[in-house]
Amino acid sequence: MLPENETLAEARRHMAVCNSCRYCESYCAVFPAMTMRREFSAGDLTHLANLCHGCKGCYHACQYGPPHEFGINIPATFAEIRAQSYAHYAWPRAMGTLFERNGTVVTLAAALGVTLVLLLTMALVDPSILYTAQRGEGAFFRVIPMWLMVSLAGGTFGYAIIAMLIGGIRYWREVGGGAPAPGPIVDTAVDILTLRNLGGGGHGCNDVDDSFSSQKRWMHQAMFYGFMMCFAATTAGAFYHHILGLRSPHPFFSLPVQLGTWGGVLLCLGTAGLIRLKIITDPVPVAKRLVGGEYAMLSLLFLVGATGLLLLVLRHTGAMGVMLALHLGLVLALFVALPYSKMVHGVYRGLAIWRHAREKRSSVMVAAE
Amino acid sequence: MVDLTRVWDVLVAGGGNAALSAAITARRAGASVLLVEHAPRTMRGGNSRHTRNLRALHPAPTDVLTESYLEEEYWDDLLRVTGGKTDEHLARMCIRASQHAPDFLKSCGVVFQPSLSGTLSLSRTNAFFLGGGKALVNALYRTAEQLGIGILYDTEVQHIEVQDGFATEAVISHHGFPERVRFKALIASAGGFQANRDWLRKYWGDAADNFQIRGTPYAQGRLLRDLLDQGVQEVGDPTQFHAVANDARAPMEDGGLAMRLDCVPFAVVVNRNVERFYDEGEDVWPKRYAIWGRLIAQQPGQVAFAVTDSKALHNYLPSVFPPYKANSIAELADLAGIDAGKLEKVVADYNAAVRPGTFQPMKPDDCRTEGLSPPKSHWARLIDTPPYYCHPLKPGITFTFLGVKVSDRARIIMADGKPSANMFASGEIMAGNILGQGYLAGFGMTIGTVFGRLAGEEAARNVRN
Ligand SMILES: Cc1cc2nc3c(=O)[nH]c(=O)nc-3n(C[C@H](O)[C@H](O)[C@H](O)COP(=O)(O)OP(=O)(O)OC[C@H]3O[C@@H](n4cnc5c(N)ncnc54)[C@H](O)[C@@H]3O)c2cc1C
Ligand code: HEM
Ligand code: SF4
Ligand code: SF4
Repeated sequence: MLPENETLAEARRHMAVCNSCRYCESYCAVFPAMTMRREFSAGDLTHLANLCHGCKGCYHACQYGPPHEFGINIPATFAEIRAQSYAHYAWPRAMGTLFERNGTVVTLAAALGVTLVLLLTMALVDPSILYTAQRGEGAFFRVIPMWLMVSLAGGTFGYAIIAMLIGGIRYWREVGGGAPAPGPIVDTAVDILTLRNLGGGGHGCNDVDDSFSSQKRWMHQAMFYGFMMCFAATTAGAFYHHILGLRSPHPFFSLPVQLGTWGGVLLCLGTAGLIRLKIITDPVPVAKRLVGGEYAMLSLLFLVGATGLLLLVLRHTGAMGVMLALHLGLVLALFVALPYSKMVHGVYRGLAIWRHAREKRSSVMVAAE
Repeated sequence: MVDLTRVWDVLVAGGGNAALSAAITARRAGASVLLVEHAPRTMRGGNSRHTRNLRALHPAPTDVLTESYLEEEYWDDLLRVTGGKTDEHLARMCIRASQHAPDFLKSCGVVFQPSLSGTLSLSRTNAFFLGGGKALVNALYRTAEQLGIGILYDTEVQHIEVQDGFATEAVISHHGFPERVRFKALIASAGGFQANRDWLRKYWGDAADNFQIRGTPYAQGRLLRDLLDQGVQEVGDPTQFHAVANDARAPMEDGGLAMRLDCVPFAVVVNRNVERFYDEGEDVWPKRYAIWGRLIAQQPGQVAFAVTDSKALHNYLPSVFPPYKANSIAELADLAGIDAGKLEKVVADYNAAVRPGTFQPMKPDDCRTEGLSPPKSHWARLIDTPPYYCHPLKPGITFTFLGVKVSDRARIIMADGKPSANMFASGEIMAGNILGQGYLAGFGMTIGTVFGRLAGEEAARNVRN
């Protein structure tokens, strides 16, 4: 459980005001979840914080927002608690400190990832291959041997999954999620896949100021689905390679390249859009300590997408080798950073949304009795 | 930059719902409009920023209101709370026009909660603003900006030059600097005077220092005073205000709705001298809600203490500030700073008088006392299950009733009964025309929107002619 601290005390004070006011009950899932409680343990607050989507609706609507002496600012307070929970549930525990200067950490990971892959490539294959055009079947693997690519990517990704899984399990146990019986999976999936809670109840969020827009939601959707398509592209590539026996580079209109291309485009558009929003948004309802890490992760994702697209464009030229090393280095950095960056929010948010769907269902059942 | 050298068609004094509804309507009708708000931008919107709903007539369910709510029922409700102190013609006109208030506000970007999720039993009669009044005010200001309405924050209208019912010029204080504004028509929408303690002291003496002002501290009534002093006819009892029981630890100003306490019917309430002074179980919400502020205002030190036990804790909304909590009545009295022996006796006498009954928190039940004075006529249960709780209470003033008299076209009426040539009013500053006493939840915003629109239309027409 998060140790008692000032932020939790501050959040508890916020909840006392909100629970008597309740003007924001229709914005998102947080307020209905709040009204189910009167007392707020560290676990409850961690759950509510991870349920919050940071849409800022309740901040701009709050008559108790700064400069009012109550200074209610739910999005910033909850963002801080979220970040604390990422650090607290990190596995191994000691790695939690990486959340402290996350911008630097993610940037360093990117630099190291690229350097490592470049050095390895030069050490393992003839360095001139890096600069000469490689064509035909297996071109990529002449630059970076397949065993190296698979073991690096597979190893880091596997590690990230295990670390995030352990973190997720510890989070669920400590926060008090209850027995993980199959719950309202459909509701949960719909809330996650549509980002319903970034909808402000239908008319959009306060992305920039007190006006409503759905930009953040759409940009995240582009990034999310772009990311997933890139992931699917890799899976399709493996399928082509191992099952169909087709070797890369695949033609432009093949499934892996199509998924990767459009996924990359969406990823770039989404991350660029989110960076833009971050620059122009009203800074008060934002946890300033966390902004660096968010910029770094958004930039890393953008670069992963951008280098992937460049790789596609340049794959028949002499620039392919360097581009491939660059892209792979960034992907490795992303994988390594998954459990120790903003990216873990997917795990905890997903769990919080699932738990809320379960609570909603059981409270409906109680009401019906 | 707002041009203060030109002659504006319409000057709107105030920055709440009534002012914005008027300004937007006048601008849409083609007039140039300057809106002057005393508060800084971050605290703009007067009492309107603390509201949550408005009451609207509707013959059939809408997207924001359930079932139906017709003129006769609305009128009956109003008649009941005002005890007949209303103007039937104006009231019925306002009730009929309230049907279109939600759509008007929607056209200005205000978002309502879908009708199903409405709180309490109010979702039939009242439409709730998504996010409450501040979200509403934000949307109205945004619309006003888009329409090209001039807006001055941090600017007080201090004086209007009036000759024979005709206003020519305003003296304003803009960020502390004196300026003059010329205009063709004035819309006064500057709210009540409830935050002006010196003024309240005239009627209430030193007690006024202990009143909490629930809403904006900018409700100083400066424009109201100025207009009344210049021959505008007044309405409403100047000594009266609407007040509720607030938490005694709330801020003295701007504490808003979350400071009200709803525990009275489930408690016994004593004053500073540890005497009960009124039947806590007299009536259901919302009537009881409205009388307790006044009752506490009349007690010594303007303070009271509601005592309950752990059985009752979940019968009312949680309070922002935690109640005093103790395992004995004597300890509780010590925490609250009142006489322990007396409180023990009050609770013992009360417990002895409680008659068995079936407790029903949502409607007047048969749990009552016998032989106790004053009695507690509903929800009377033994106070015997520790821990015991005590909520300290003070009066929270919502608004004052004094206002300027208006016609059914929102035109200000002069003391001699003649309509002003170019002055109009909307909102709290004229609500006393309809609400002579009492209050109907959601009617303040209805009056502001309906008369705001009327004032805007009339002022724009006045300018054209
Ligand atoms: C806590 C609370 C909750 C409420 N909830 C509801 C509710 O749910 N529904 C409802 O219908 N009613 C509610 N009311 C009542 C409602 O707030 C008022 O009836 C309504 O807001 C009146 O609108 P208005 O525009 O006339 O006044 P206000 O919103 O008070 O606006 C007056 C404006 O005038 C400005 N001003 C004052 N003097 C000057 C000056 N000299 N120069 C320039 N500007 C000046 C002020 O700064 C302010 O912006 C509530 C009131 C309070 C306090
Ligand atoms: C369970 C699935 C997911 C949910 C519910 C979710 C939800 C959210 C929400 C609500 C935000 C905005 C609030 C905040 O900054 O914390 C956000 C931000 C972010 N998400 Fe996700 N997300 C999910 C999965 C992903 C995935 C798969 C990615 C990778 C592409 C991703 C990348 C990001 C990034 C980089 C940000 C930061 C954006 C910024 O700071 O502007 N998310 N996510
Ligand atoms: S954020 Fe502000 S307006 Fe919304 S429920 Fe909390 S206290 Fe009320
Ligand atoms: S910021 Fe948005 S998602 Fe978070 S609690 Fe407020 S309204 Fe809900």
